[in-house]
Amino acid sequence: MEKMPKWADVALIPFLNLLIAFVLSGLVILAIGENPVKALQMMISGALGSTYGWGYTLYYATNFIFTGLAVSIAFKAAMFNIGGEGQAMVGGLGVALVCLYIPFPHWSVAILFAMIGGAVFGAAWAAIPAYLQAKRGSHVVITTIMFNFIAASLLNYMLVNILRPKGEMNPQTAGFPDATHLPTLHEMLAPFGIAFSKSAPVNVSLFIALAACVVVYLLIWRSRLGYEIRSFGHSQEASVYAGISPVKITMIAMLLSGGLSGMMSINNTMGEAERLVLNSVEGAGFIGIAVALMGRNHPFGVLLAALLFGFLYQGGSELSLWTKIPRELVIVIQGLVILFTGALDNMVRKPVERVFIAAAKRRAS
Amino acid sequence: MDFFTIVQIFDSGLRLAIPLLFACLAGLFSERAGIFDIGLEGKILVSAFFAAAVAAMTGSVWLGLLAGVAGSLAFSAVHGVASITFQGNQLISGVALNFLASGLTVLVGEAWFALGGRTPSLFGKGRFTNIDLPFSITKADAEAAGLPLSKMLEQANPIQQVYTELISGHTILVYVGLLLVPLSWFVLYRTRFGLRLRAVGENPAAVDTAGISVIGLRYSAMAIAGTLCGLAGVYLATGLGAGFVKEMSAGRGFIALAALIFAKWKPVPALGATFLFGLLEAIANRYQSIDLGGFVIPVQFMQALPYILTVVILAGFVGKAVGPKAGGVPYVKER
Repeated sequence: MEKMPKWADVALIPFLNLLIAFVLSGLVILAIGENPVKALQMMISGALGSTYGWGYTLYYATNFIFTGLAVSIAFKAAMFNIGGEGQAMVGGLGVALVCLYIPFPHWSVAILFAMIGGAVFGAAWAAIPAYLQAKRGSHVVITTIMFNFIAASLLNYMLVNILRPKGEMNPQTAGFPDATHLPTLHEMLAPFGIAFSKSAPVNVSLFIALAACVVVYLLIWRSRLGYEIRSFGHSQEASVYAGISPVKITMIAMLLSGGLSGMMSINNTMGEAERLVLNSVEGAGFIGIAVALMGRNHPFGVLLAALLFGFLYQGGSELSLWTKIPRELVIVIQGLVILFTGALDNMVRKPVERVFIAAAKRRAS
Repeated sequence: MDFFTIVQIFDSGLRLAIPLLFACLAGLFSERAGIFDIGLEGKILVSAFFAAAVAAMTGSVWLGLLAGVAGSLAFSAVHGVASITFQGNQLISGVALNFLASGLTVLVGEAWFALGGRTPSLFGKGRFTNIDLPFSITKADAEAAGLPLSKMLEQANPIQQVYTELISGHTILVYVGLLLVPLSWFVLYRTRFGLRLRAVGENPAAVDTAGISVIGLRYSAMAIAGTLCGLAGVYLATGLGAGFVKEMSAGRGFIALAALIFAKWKPVPALGATFLFGLLEAIANRYQSIDLGGFVIPVQFMQALPYILTVVILAGFVGKAVGPKAGGVPYVKER
């Protein structure tokens, strides 16, 4: 036997990677003079101990599902889209323009158009790096990083100079009309007599994110296009030989990726803030990288990873309220997760592989 | 705009270019050896933090410098282990290190100083002081003449203005940074080590066949990159600024990366590129928006310009930028 069993690859190694990342995070907490066990308890009660906590956890998870799916689609085509942050920012612009300038009769129509607006703007922001990668061979990692900064400047300009209403001091748009208000989980569950926190921002976008997981799954594993994307990701030469156009696949994968990032804005811009503010993405585009790596680029894995990061985000904010541990703890955990599930994967994989192969040999002899 | 204002903008452009220059040269050594380094940003941040923290605690900027460089080297070592020893994805490793730096500096800063992620302000021996070169107009000269220094400079002749404002009056790190440009050129193009370093970024298998350690060369490139990036952070916190503030690197690591591409991975053009980007920042700092006869360039455009220029260069419309061939590919020895 030359390979590990599938369960070890899918479950054991990610589990070990995460374990190392979390043990190290615990040591970091210990090193700054706090108790990691107490911190974990506080995070659990803060993020999962009330419907308020759950409401925030699921709200953050919704963002991360979108950005995590976005990064994984690009990964499937062997591209690293670091531009999720910028694509989500520009997607927010699309959502804001749709919500502000089209008079909608009902939220259900508004959300459809907002999804299109966010996705089109996000995809457009990914289109230039995609085109340059496909046609001119400019490395998509570098161009998407550059486009994150350009997006921040563009958004700043739009909010300060153009979209800010007269008399408004902060760089933000006017509030969206009432008709675009998305029902929160509280409003959706109330008719069934289920009490859910009124102040938590989780809203109907969560279900759209879940649907997106299913759609991405069908697209990547059950469609011809998905097959082409995956084979292109595995071997460009072989797929070119099989008649798959590299330009087409690069463009499509990046447009889908940018579109999903942009669609995130129905949650944070339309669902939560109900206006476009500066820095509305709050790093969710970058967390998508951790989510995709942890979820092994599979929609179900992405869902689980997004929930975990939603929990970390909400738990982390609670922690910063009640202890001296700042919110940035989550960024440290995020960094460690990316490091161990992404870059240092071989550190765990090689020894585990050796153990399995040795065991198989012993059985054979 | 009079001549002295232009000199002042150039002076401030030079100061802002120095951290970019250090980081750009760091990236140059790393990428020339075949290791992508998008973790420059994180290394600058870590170094700035430790430099400011240790300088604040000990009152010595030199101990701060050592601490800053050590912090950056530690991050470089992790990047090396991930991308050389474990043949991991270098881009992912860089991203991870950027996040680690961004979180750890605040976490540790809060635990040590409880100032909301800042370090105490540095003063006296905790900072690098400006060096007045001979024959420049100094504070003492101004006092003797009974005029404020700025007034005296305005009245001086243009050569003296350039000399005093632009050339003299910087911290030692500025001069070190400028000297590193010819030094890097010499090391890369006129030494055996430099030749091997460049070869390992183009064709590591050939270097290996010649009996030279690919791993050893790449780790030494990591060490050089860590040291140089460390100096960028040290200058940021103790020369340009007076202490560490949260996220003080503010994208400089990425601008340095942009400058590296702009300079096509060469040391002397790197000076030009970083100076250009420093100048853009200086102009954006000084003027909120620039009026070009009715057409107003918004300040946000100036801030985005380095990134836009880099994309244009990368697109290959103005001379193609092609990086080292083996960049980003882990070297696996044939068995």
